[in-house]
Amino acid sequence: MSVAPTEIERPESAEETFAVPEPDVPWVTIVHNDPVNLMSYVAYVFQTYFGYPKDKAHRLMLDVHHKGRAIVSSGSREEMERDVQAMHGFGLWATLSQDRA
Amino acid sequence: MAGRFEAIPGGGAAVALDEVEISILRSLAVQLLELIGPGDEPAQGEDPLASLFAEGPSEPPADPALARLFPDAYGDDDDELKEFSAEFRRFTENDLRGRKREDGMAVVRTLDGLGSAGAGGAVLKLTPEDCLHWLGALNDLRLTIGTRLEVTDEDEGGELYRLPDSDPRKPMVMAYLWLGALQETLVETLMP
Repeated sequence: MSVAPTEIERPESAEETFAVPEPDVPWVTIVHNDPVNLMSYVAYVFQTYFGYPKDKAHRLMLDVHHKGRAIVSSGSREEMERDVQAMHGFGLWATLSQDRA
Repeated sequence: MAGRFEAIPGGGAAVALDEVEISILRSLAVQLLELIGPGDEPAQGEDPLASLFAEGPSEPPADPALARLFPDAYGDDDDELKEFSAEFRRFTENDLRGRKREDGMAVVRTLDGLGSAGAGGAVLKLTPEDCLHWLGALNDLRLTIGTRLEVTDEDEGGELYRLPDSDPRKPMVMAYLWLGALQETLVETLMP
């Protein structure tokens, strides 16, 4: 699955970019489809935790459902660990990985 | 209102439950708490602060339902990712277990708060905070039962939902569908 650039929600600030000698390869949080979680609940989690607008939350939920998984956020490894931990707290099946695409 | 949550004006949600439903929900919540377990809490007399620094397990649970409630964060595709997952688990699983326990205990507490419902049942009124605990516990219960029933996407409208009454899985499937309806209507009341 390729990364849609529109999903990158946390661009590094200009300051950070200058501070880092080599550009960091971003990490992404991936939510995987599972047959149990309700579609409405998954959209609710994307809206309330990430603060995504209703349309975007719904589209990401459909991506998870139809494509099997969707990238729901990207950023530093620490940020993605936080997001994955939160997703597990909601009972969603999520992993993080380094976006080498 | 029977069987479905409705928003309470000003915040929170309410659902009418009969005596049997209350008893089933309570029993399921208690079973969920038993499954999740207490984790590595300090033994009696031990420094309670020590639990703040206690490390969680590094191996994923062997039980498939528990493995679904406490998934790997980095997957397990290779040894490096397994090691990352193990480290993440050591530092986060205790917190996750604590959160799930709070959700389950809130369900038991609010149901017990209804007192003796009698044959007519009662209306359970949840505060906004308890709504979130219920949402988490209902989801964990469905994940657990769904794993036990080996629910797959192909089951939608499928075999699992047309079991004959004689099938031993039938009561669990009925509970699974009922919990789904409760969660669905609770989500509706919480949708921003």
